[in-house]
Order: sequence, then structure tokens, then C-alpha cells
Amino acid sequence: MKPFTLTRAESVEAAVRDFTGYQEAAFIGGGTNILDLMKENVAEPTHLIGLNKLPLNKIEATADGGLRLGATATNADTAWNPEVQQRYPLLSQAILAGASPQLRNMATNGGNLMQRTRCYYFYDTATPCNKREPGSGCAAIGGYNRIHAILGASDKCIATHPSDMCVALAALEAVVHVRSKDGERQIKFEDFHRLPGDEPQRDNTLEPGELIVALELPKQGFAKNFSYLKLRDRQSYAFALVSVAVGLELEGSTIKTARLALGGVAHKPWRDQDAEALLEGQPATEETFKKAADKVLKGAKGQGINDFKIELAKRAIVRALKQAAAGEHKAADIFTNSNP
Amino acid sequence: MSTDSNTNFVGKAPSRVEGPKKVTGAAKYSAEFDVPDLAYGYVVSSPIAKGKIKKIHADKVLSLPGVLHVFSHENVPSLAWFDRNYKDDIAPGGSPFRPLHDDQIKFSMQPVALVVAETFELARYAASVLTVDYEQQKHETDIESKRNDGSEPGRGKTGYMPPARREDADKGLDQAEHRIRHEYIHGAQHHNPMEMFGATVHYHPDGKLTVYDKTQGVYNCQQYITKIFGLSKDEARVVNLYMGGGFGSGLRPQYELFLSVLAALELKRSVRVTLTRQQMFSFGHRPHTLQTLEMGTGPDGALLGLKHYALHETSRFEEYTENVVNWSGMLYQCPRTYLSYEVAPLDVYTPIDMRAPGAATGSFALEVAMDEMAYEAGLDPLEFRRRNYAEEDQNKKAPFSSKKLREAYDEGARRFGWDKRPMEPRSMREGNKLVGWGVAGGVWDASMQKAAAKATITADGKLTVASAAGENGTGTYTIMTQIAAETLGLPMEAVTFKLGDTTLPEAPVQGGSWTAASVGSAVKSTCEALGEKLLKLAQKMDDSPLQDAKFEDVEFVNGHIRLRKEPEQSVILRDVLQVSGEREIEADSSAMPNPLNMQKYSMHSHNVVFAEVKVDEELGTVHVSRVVNVVAAGRILNQKTARSQVLGSVVWGISMALMEETVMDHRYGRYMNHNYAEYHVPTNADIRDIEVHFVEEEDPHVNPLGVKGIGEVGLLGVAAAITNAVYHATGKRVRALPIYIDKLL
Repeated sequence: MKPFTLTRAESVEAAVRDFTGYQEAAFIGGGTNILDLMKENVAEPTHLIGLNKLPLNKIEATADGGLRLGATATNADTAWNPEVQQRYPLLSQAILAGASPQLRNMATNGGNLMQRTRCYYFYDTATPCNKREPGSGCAAIGGYNRIHAILGASDKCIATHPSDMCVALAALEAVVHVRSKDGERQIKFEDFHRLPGDEPQRDNTLEPGELIVALELPKQGFAKNFSYLKLRDRQSYAFALVSVAVGLELEGSTIKTARLALGGVAHKPWRDQDAEALLEGQPATEETFKKAADKVLKGAKGQGINDFKIELAKRAIVRALKQAAAGEHKAADIFTNSNP
Repeated sequence: MSTDSNTNFVGKAPSRVEGPKKVTGAAKYSAEFDVPDLAYGYVVSSPIAKGKIKKIHADKVLSLPGVLHVFSHENVPSLAWFDRNYKDDIAPGGSPFRPLHDDQIKFSMQPVALVVAETFELARYAASVLTVDYEQQKHETDIESKRNDGSEPGRGKTGYMPPARREDADKGLDQAEHRIRHEYIHGAQHHNPMEMFGATVHYHPDGKLTVYDKTQGVYNCQQYITKIFGLSKDEARVVNLYMGGGFGSGLRPQYELFLSVLAALELKRSVRVTLTRQQMFSFGHRPHTLQTLEMGTGPDGALLGLKHYALHETSRFEEYTENVVNWSGMLYQCPRTYLSYEVAPLDVYTPIDMRAPGAATGSFALEVAMDEMAYEAGLDPLEFRRRNYAEEDQNKKAPFSSKKLREAYDEGARRFGWDKRPMEPRSMREGNKLVGWGVAGGVWDASMQKAAAKATITADGKLTVASAAGENGTGTYTIMTQIAAETLGLPMEAVTFKLGDTTLPEAPVQGGSWTAASVGSAVKSTCEALGEKLLKLAQKMDDSPLQDAKFEDVEFVNGHIRLRKEPEQSVILRDVLQVSGEREIEADSSAMPNPLNMQKYSMHSHNVVFAEVKVDEELGTVHVSRVVNVVAAGRILNQKTARSQVLGSVVWGISMALMEETVMDHRYGRYMNHNYAEYHVPTNADIRDIEVHFVEEEDPHVNPLGVKGIGEVGLLGVAAAITNAVYHATGKRVRALPIYIDKLL
């Protein structure tokens, strides 16, 4: 770990102002990921700006009926917030499917978006990795790639985004509010994270020095018909092999609105709007679900060891859609959700 | 022991005596000892698996204020030359790895330098910027590529038994009505104890060292460092009072010990070296093992022939061995058996014993094969095992000193409800899940080693008993306190047991499930020796009712010495001590195995495991919803700590079955999932109902206490029972662990 300086910002203005003038500055919220990265010499910031004193930890209703999640509110406080549980149980369950209670108590909402891939090679400086060291090569291609991407990867990088929370945020069409010294802007969730392409070192579309201040959820929370299904190698504290977030609005047995996003399969939460369109207006039947699943995985490409994730993702999509259509997942089922 | 005794502790369930210290943080682990003027070492590990160190660029690092030294092969002083000086008690044959010895890289993550600085943070940073030039050579790390290159080990480590061979197995197989032959595989596994290896070396003003090291054997470590660094025993005291799990990883001295002692002696200063979680994957593992089992049965389900072949990796420099196939000649009755065992050297570190070494591996293959054979022969898997019950140890051609495996079968089947099991796979469902029941079991050595102890009682009636045994979380403090208190009729609160210190009488390394038998017997015999002294003092008292009593005639109960036949004839122990005028009375003794009994009997513990799984076939997920583990391991000293051991074993077995594997990328010869996030062991959410039951055995032959040890036997059969249950649920036979989702899709 490199020596670094730390300031604890008292205001958003001070935080973004403090970002400039250092060789390499970084914001730190709960620190559940960046500290690991620093200990492994993967991230080597020379200056950290602590965010936990900022007045960004509130969860409050917005004027148009949505909910605004402060960037420094913890994952635990967000998941257990009564408004989130009642109106956005998909988000609550997705958060609780991730990490461990201790980590969720520390991790912040903004930090959840900023967490980096868990690719084994990214973490091990003895191996090449284009994300860590652009141009060095991708060791995961042709290597041990059980947890790697099957959609949207490039020949430079096959890493996945590890978040559960972000999969739900993608399905819920959240909006990311960011601030820099030049002002505030909003980023649609699907535009926030990016695919690796030729620049796998860039996980998202934030500019240097931009700070996430809030996540805004629109009014529609799919509280009645939703599912977050996570498949992994153990029942807790493991990243998803495949996860599926589904929100449905039904009219009788017909799907009026559909939202479908996958985790563990791509460099970003993988929302497929074509598949959603395929579901909408159709009867909520297994046949419909299978068509949507086939659509999502149409361009999927396995890397050898992770080939199974293509079929697994299809089956998981069908199961999640079934659960959502049946309205099986009430918030009270949180602890059984991880046992599909 | 008398029925009116309330100092009768053996076989009861007292809580851990060190529990309060552990939960309040008062129990100190090796890297927690505060010593003055401490410097900190951080290990630099090799990124390559094979090659040479060309140059270590230490200058830049040494110029950082606060960096004290960079140790490497370029500057390590001349140390002991011969291999024998580097061999520890547990070392297998070969030439032990010597840290910082030369420029050769023999395995990935090999320690190549130690950076020592005034603070841990500085040492860590300095290590991260130390540039080392390597010359890479082609490595081989994949046992799959050595399928035809294995060879029988020349000589194994202590305890290695070359497989016994009997009559022609092929002949038996040719006569068989039903036959099977399959290959079974598991990858490398690492012990992953929660506490990382670390050593704090206190450099005293007179140049003597007190070494607090994470180890399962303080004497083993003392011997190692005294021989390498030319120290006398008096100059190197080694201490380990608590261990956050060892599971075998601490049987051999690990490189934090060598490096911290080296640095302390060279810098003439106290030094601490702790390893990182990643470095915990650099010094030994359960080897990646390939096994083939072949068996055949006659019309009545009797085994007519059995062949078991195993091949696993070892390092280029040592020939690691474990008993993998031997169990297949012992667990069931089969006269025609061919057992064969080979190892192949690779560019990896030497494997090291990991909980039930060999047996966890062998019993997995044997017990899955037994299930396959039962189905082939159309027999219930438990009934098939009963029909082939081994009444004697056919490897040794000797009777068992005791064996209640049949009773364990009965008890387990009853508790689990095995009689309700339909034979047909895929015949039980619960909602959208398939349900399966499986059975498996195992056999493990009931070993004993020589151990010594010392006991001291003071005038206030407080007893201290000491032996340099280990406490790696198993309950050593507690059971030894129970034995000592009961032997001298004292309350447990009046007894202190000391361990883990080379200033105490010698005990073997804490492993092989032999501590209860070895150290327990030594504690008993030492307390009896002290009892004899106390009786003599009691007899000197005026009007002593014990005047003419022999030691066998008296018992120590409830703080009294009394006549067994006339319990009202007694003296109060504290009165004896006070009247005697002695400030303290001391005795020492030791215990060792009885060679006659060892020759005459086969001494083993057994278990049987019943498991229930629920499988979501569409998604490939498996949950182990219920496990019943019945263990026959002689006498149980402490029901609570013994049960904890077996509970932990079941969790360990679930882990082995469903999720645990260290994955190597052979292009780099490097383990890639080297952290707790990606090396999966179960969480609470993975563990459901576990029932542990002991079928106690009266065994007068095995050792004076009649105990067999329970640290390892409970693990046997767990992974196989789960694998068999998965077959019963789904009809799919998985022969390569772990049973990941994708193997059932």
C-alpha cells in the first residue's frame, strides 16, 4: 500500500474541490473495496477524500413520487429502509443478496456503483490485466474464467461488474446524480457503467473528479411482481454467477410493462430492452419467458470454463420471470430468496 | 469413580475453560504479543513458478527512512548446510525448502525477500516497490499431465504405510457378477484457518529469543530453529498458547518462523513477521488427487475384488505422502484387494497434511464407488455395507481393539429414518426440488505418541498441570483440565493447564487426532504420580485413616482422599497439604503407547454419515438440508468439545462436497482464487441441520484413557454421503468435486 493523505470533506463542494491538485485522488465512502485494492497494490491513490461527513446519507421522497437515495447512505440502511422495502422490494432484496451484513453496514450506495470487478487476475499483480495495466493483456481469456462475462465482452477484457444492487437499479431505471466543480449532471443508469471495448480500465462514464451524490428511483417500483434471483457458489458472501432482476406490471395475465436485467454476465448490469419489448403485451407464460431468455442470450459467448453460464442465465431468467409473475417474492421472503 | 462424586468430569460437557479469554480478547495469538522495540517484516513473494532470481534491487527500498534491511539470498549469512538441519518432525523425504537460500524459484509465491522496517505499513509499502528481476523457466504444475508419470514413493513421512496387497484382485473381479470402474477427482484445497501465520520474536538483552509462533508444535519449531541457526535450546524458547485454527497447516515450521528469527538475530532486535491471506496459499495444501476404483460383487452382494489406485502431486524437492488407498483394504471385507499409490513431482510447494489427510481423499472415492456398486448390484447402499462388514483389519490381519461401526449404522439409520428411503433415484420430491438421501463413512487411525507432563499442587489446593501440547481450537485446555481435576478429585476451577511452551515437558505436535490419547494419558499418569505423593503425606498425619492403604485402595474425590471400600474413612486434601508443611508438591511422568497392544490390535475409529440434499434441477443448486453423523471413537472425554469437533467436520465435508477448491492457472503455475472472497468455505446460510451422535466404545487396549481422538474421523464420508445423496436425488453421478451448479445443469 502506498502512503497517502486523507481529508474528510465537510461539504460536497469541498469534496469535489479537494479532488484536484493531487497525483491521483480518490473518494472513499465505506472503503469496503478501495482499501482491498490498495492493500493489493491494484489501486494506488496518493490522496483520499473521505465522504462520510457529507450530508448525503438521507433517503427521501422526490416531488414526482420517486425516491432519492443519498450516496453515502449505507447499503444496509437502504435495504432496510421501510420505503425501499415497501415500494422497491426488488432493490432491497438485491442489496441483501450481496456481500455480508458487516460489509453492507459499511458500504455506501455511491460506492456500490464504483466497486470494481472481482476478476482474479485484476487482483493479482503477478498476472497481466488490461483493466489494471492497460496494454498488458487479458489473462482471464484462456484462463480461469468461471465468474467472467458472456455478454458484451471484448478481446481486451472479459470482466464482470460484481454488484447486485446495480442490477436492480438498472431494472428500476434509476438515475445517477453526480457533482463536479463544474456543476451537477444526471446520468441514466444504463449509461453509467460501460462495456470494456478498447478501454477496459474505464468501468463507467464518470469524468475524473465527478462525485455521485444520489440515486433517484422513479415512481414505478414493481412492488407487486418482481424477483431478484441470484445463483452463486455458496449461499452468502459470494458474487453472482448469474443474477436476474425482474419487474413486471401485469394486467390480468398479460404483461403490460417488463424490466429485465442480469448481473454477473457482463462488464455492466445487463439490461435488455429488446427482451423487455418482447415480453410486453404477451401472456405471462413459460413460452413467452423462454423467448425473452433466448433473446437476451442470443449473442452470448462463453470463454470455456464459463460456457455453462449461457444456459444457466436462460433458465434463471425464466425462473425469475415466473416468480415475478406469480408474485411469489414478498419482502418477507428476503431470507429465502437466496435459495431458489 | 464413585456415584457421589462431583469432581467427576470426564465424559461430561463442561464449556471451554479458555472461552472467556477468547471472547474478551484476553487470549493472545502469536502476532499479538507486545514486545518492546519491535520491527516489522513483510514478505516479498515470487510472481513466477519456476526460474531464477537475477537481481534484487534493494537500494531504492533501503533509502526509504525507516527501512532497516532487505533480507534475500544475496545477503543471508551462512547457516546450517545439511538438509537434516532443516528437517522437522513432520517433513517428508527429500530436501526441505530453505527460505532465501539461493536464487532458485521452485514454486509460485515463494518468499524471495523479507523487508524489515520500523512499522508494518512501511515494511508493506517498501515490499511493494522492491524490484526483483527474474529469469523465467518452463514450469509444470498440472497433475493431469502426469497421469502416466507417477511413481511409488520411496519412503514416506512418519506414519506413511505402503499399501498392503493381498491375493489377486483381478481374479476376484473376473468372478464378479456385477462390476464397476470409475475415476474420482478432487482439486487442491487449502486449510484456510482464520488466523494467518505470524511470528513475534522477542530478542532479549542477553541475545536469547522468545518466539511466539503460529504452530501446532512448539518443540518441532524449536528443534528447527536451533538446528538451522546454531542456537541452544535455552536460547530459543518457542511459545504458542492459542491458535486460530491449524487443520494441519501448522504441523511443519512455516517460513514466517525462519524469516522472523533470521531478522531478529541479524538485527539484534525483536521482529514480527505476519503473512497475508494471499501468502496463506503458498506453503502446503491437500494435493490435487486422481483416483480409480474398481470393484465387483458376487450374487449375495459380497465384494469379490477391489482395486484402488491414487495419484497426487508432490513438489520437486520433497516426496509428500499420505495414506489414500489403505482404507479400502480395511473398511470392508474383501480378500482380493489391490491397492496402489503413486506421486508425481511438480513445480508446486510440497503438500501438507490437511484434516484427515489421505482418508478424506480416499474415503470420498471409496464411498462413492461403494454407492455405485450397491446400485449396480441392486442393493440398498447401507445393506451393501453391512454385508461386507469387516470383522477384523485385513491389512494388518489383526482384530480391532474395539469397533462399534455396526451399532453406528443402526443408530444413524434410526435417527435419519433411512428405512423410509426408496431405492430408486429421482423418487423423492419437495415442491420443485428433488430430494436425495445418501450414506457413506470412514475409518481413521487411533494413534498415540509419547508425551510428558508435570503437575504441581500448592498449599492452597491449586493444581497446575503442564505439557507442551497445542490448543488449535479443539479443546485441549478443557479436556486436560477435566482429566487432571477428576484424577485428583479437585474442582475444575482449582486446576490450571498450561501448554504450548518449550519450557514445559515435551508433547508431540498437535495432529493426527492423537492429543487426547497422548497428552491425556500423560496428564492422567502424572496426576496419579502426584496422588501417590499426596497419599504418603496423608499417611504421615496423626491418626490417619489411610495409614495402611495402598494407592489402589484410595480414591481422590470432592477434595478428599478416601478409601474406596469405606468412603467415610477420608482426609481432606487441603489438610494434608497444610499439615505437611510443604509449599508445593510436584510430580512428573509420561505416557507412551503400549507396543504389545499395538502389535496385537488394529486401533481405529469409525463413522457413518447420512445426508439429505435438496436439488433444484433446473438451476443446478444443491442444499444439504440434513446430516446425521454417528462416530465410534472410543470414550468421549467432553461431549461438548467433541460434538463441536464433529460439527466442524461436517461443515468441512459440506465445503469439500459443494464449493471448496483452490484453482490453479497452469499457464502461470499460480493459484488464482487466493483469498477468502473467492476460495469458498461455507457461510451460516449454507449450513442447516446437523446431528452428531457418539456410539461410545469401551476400549481397554487402545490407551489408558480409552479414547481414540475425534479431530478427523468426523470428516470422513461427509463429501461422499452428499455426492451419493445428489445421485439419489437426480440420477446424476458426480465424480469430480466440488459439485458446482454447472455439474448438475
